[in-house]
Amino acid sequence: MTDTRQNPANNKGGSLLQHSARTRKRNAAERRFRAYGIAAISVGLLMLCVLVTTIVGRGTGAFQQTFVTLEVELLESKLDKSGTRDIDAIKKVTTFGYAPIIRAAVEAKVAELGIDSPLKAKEMAGILSKDAAATLREFVIANPDQIGETVEFRFLASSRVDGYMKGRVSRDSIANDKSISPEQLDLVDALVSAGVVEKTFNLAFITGADASDARPEAAGMGVSMLGSLFMMLVVLALALPIGVAASIYLEEFAPKNWLTDIIEVNISNLAAVPSIVFGILGLAVFINYMHLPMSAPLVGGLVLTLMTLPTVIISTRAALKAVPPSIRDAALGVGASRMQAVFHHVLPLAAPGILTGTIIGLAQALGETAPLLLIGMVGFIASNAPETIADGLLSPNSAMPAQIYEWAKRADPAFYERAWGGIIILLIFLVTMNTVAVILRRRFERRW
Amino acid sequence: MNQMTALEKDVETQKTKIAAKNVNVYYGESHAIKDVNVEIEDNTVTAFIGPSGCGKSTFLRCLNRMNDTIDICRVTGDIEIDGEDIYDSRVDPVQLRAKVGMVFQKPNPFPKSIYDNVAYGPRIHGLAANKAELDEIVEKSLRRGAIWDEVKDRLDAPGTGLSGGQQQRLCIARAVATEPEVLLMDEPCSALDPIATAQIEELIDELRDSYSVVIVTHSMQQAARVSQKTAFFHLGNLVEFGATGQIFTNPEDPRTESYITGRIG
Ligand SMILES: Nc1ncnc2c1ncn2[C@@H]1O[C@H](COP(=O)(O)OP(=O)(O)O)[C@@H](O)[C@H]1O
Ligand SMILES: [Mg+2]
Repeated sequence: MTDTRQNPANNKGGSLLQHSARTRKRNAAERRFRAYGIAAISVGLLMLCVLVTTIVGRGTGAFQQTFVTLEVELLESKLDKSGTRDIDAIKKVTTFGYAPIIRAAVEAKVAELGIDSPLKAKEMAGILSKDAAATLREFVIANPDQIGETVEFRFLASSRVDGYMKGRVSRDSIANDKSISPEQLDLVDALVSAGVVEKTFNLAFITGADASDARPEAAGMGVSMLGSLFMMLVVLALALPIGVAASIYLEEFAPKNWLTDIIEVNISNLAAVPSIVFGILGLAVFINYMHLPMSAPLVGGLVLTLMTLPTVIISTRAALKAVPPSIRDAALGVGASRMQAVFHHVLPLAAPGILTGTIIGLAQALGETAPLLLIGMVGFIASNAPETIADGLLSPNSAMPAQIYEWAKRADPAFYERAWGGIIILLIFLVTMNTVAVILRRRFERRW
Repeated sequence: MNQMTALEKDVETQKTKIAAKNVNVYYGESHAIKDVNVEIEDNTVTAFIGPSGCGKSTFLRCLNRMNDTIDICRVTGDIEIDGEDIYDSRVDPVQLRAKVGMVFQKPNPFPKSIYDNVAYGPRIHGLAANKAELDEIVEKSLRRGAIWDEVKDRLDAPGTGLSGGQQQRLCIARAVATEPEVLLMDEPCSALDPIATAQIEELIDELRDSYSVVIVTHSMQQAARVSQKTAFFHLGNLVEFGATGQIFTNPEDPRTESYITGRIG
C-alpha cells in the first residue's frame, strides 16, 4: 500500500491541530457512512408512516356506523295474534312478519317530521339495514312483555346510506345501483338534519359476528377474535411446554452427536418452512386422518403450534445459551444435580428470553392466515360467544386474519372498509404483544 | 514471603485423603493427563503448578468428576477418596461433589442474595431442619469464608453486587456450607487484585485446619506461600511431587528447575 507512506496517519512532525490528509479522508468516510445509515432509517420510517396513515385513514371508518333512531309500535295484532304471550308462538313470527312494523315506524317518523318524499313506505324503509327486522325480533323474543308498547330503537342504516354518510357513496356512483336511489338519499339528508340519522361509534364492529354479503353494516370482528383467542390458548398450552422441554433437553442434557446435529438442522429448517405447508399437513393429518372437526380453533391451534414450535425452541435455546456456563458450574460444584442446576438457576435466568420468544411466536401465529384457509377457518359464523371452552375449541369459527381476508375478498366496498378496520384491531393486538415482549426483555435483561 | 519461609514450613505427614493411580484423561483423541500418580493428604494445602495448558485444571476436575459434564472427556485409572474409588459405577457424582467442594477461577456467585448463595447447598442437601439452623449454617460459612463482617448487614443484597475479592470469598463460603471434606480451587485468585489475593491466601491457610485443600495456581509465589505440598505438571505429566520447600529450593527434575527459575512457562 503505497498511500500509507504518502499520508502517514500520525502526521509525523506535523501539528496535532492540523488534520492530516489521511485523517480528513477517514472522517469524510465516517460522515458518509453515518449519512447512509440515516438515509436508510429515514426510508424505513417513511414507509412506516405511509403504512400507518393508510391503515388508519381507511380503517377508522369501520369503527363508526350510521344509525337510524325510530320509535316502533310493537303491534300485538302482528306479533302475538293470540294475545297469550306464548313464547313459541312469538318465535313463529319470522323477520318477514316484522317488516310491516318497521315500515310503519319509518313512515310515521317521516310524517311526524313533515318531510315531503315521493317514496313509498317500502322504499323509505330501504334506508335501514336488513338487519333491522332481526334486531327487532330478537328484542321481542327477549322481552315479550313489551308487545303492545312503543319502544325506541337505534337501527343500523343500510351500507349504502352508511357509505353516503362517510363519503364512500355519492349521487354519481349510485347511478346504476339498485339498492339505493337519489330520492332515498334526499330522505337521508332530511333525516340527518332532523337528527334521526347519525353516525356514531360502533361497538358492534369490535364485539359482533360476521354478517352475510347483503348486510356489511352488521359485520363485526368479535367472533373471529374469540376464534383467535381459542387458537392462541391451544398454541400457548402446547408450544410453550413442548418447546421449552425440547430446548432444555437439547441444550442441557442431550449428547452432542450426529443425531442431535440432525435434529438441530431440522429445527432450523422447520422455522423456514412456509406456513401453507403446515396448513396442508394439518388438513391431511388432523382433519382427513384424525377426523377432527373442520374450521375448529382446536385444529387451527394445532397447526399454528407446529408452526410456532421452531420459533419457541430456537429462542429458548438462545436464552439458555446466554446463561453463562459458570452458573451451571457453580451449581454442580455445590452438589446440585444437572436437573437442579437447570431448574433452580438456568431456567429462571432464561425465563425472560423464553417468554419473549414465546410472545413473538404467538404474535406470528396470531397474524398467520394461509394455513387457516386450508383448514377452512373462514367459515361464515353468525353465532356469538361459545358456552364452554370445549365448545369454543370445537365449534367452527374464524380467526382475525382469516376474517380480514374474507372481507377483503367480498365485492362490496363496505366490506373493504371493514377489512381495513380489522387490520387496525389485529395490529393493536400485535403491537401490544410485542411491546410486552420488549418490556419483559428490558426488565429482566442480564441479571448476572 | 520468599523461598526461605517456604523452606521453614513444617512438613508433618498427614493421612492420605485422595490417592490417584495411573490416571489418564483424554479429550477425544488428545491425551491431556498421562499416567499421573499422586497422594493428597488431609489437612494440607496441595498446590498444582505448571505452565498453561499442562492439565492442572483437567486433573483437578477429575477429583470431583466435573469432567463428567464434558462429553468428549474420558478418564481411566483409579482415584480413591478415603479408600473408595470415586469412579466406581455405584458412586453418584452429585453426592461426590457435595463431599468435594469446588471454587472456580472466575468468581461465580448465583444472581441471588448473599444469603441464598450460601444457603443453596445446605437446602438441596437437606442439611438444615429449619430456618434457624439454616441461618446458623449461613453465618458459620460466611465466617469461614472471612466475609461475615463485610456482609452481615446486607445478606439480602445480591451476591453479584460484591467486589471481585468479596465474591470469591462468598464462593468459598458457599463451597464450605455443604460441609465438604476436600476443597478444590482452580486459580481462585487469578481474577483478583493483590489485596484480595492476600485475603484469600490467608483464608486458605485457615481452611487447612478442617479440609484437604487442593489449589491450582500459575503463580509460584502463591504456591510457595500457601501450600505444604506442590505438584509440578508439564505437558500432561506429573513431573515432580513433594514438599513445597523441597520443590522450590531443591527440585530433582531439570524441567521443574527450569520452570521455577523462569525458563519455561
Ligand atoms: N473441554 C475441553 N475440550 C477439549 N480439550 C480440552 C478441554 N479442556 C482442556 N482441554 C485441553 O486439555 C489440556 C489441558 O488443559 P487444562 O487442564 O485446562 O490446562 P491448565 O489448567 O493447566 O492450563 C489443554 O491442552 C487443553 O487444550
Ligand atoms: Mg486451568
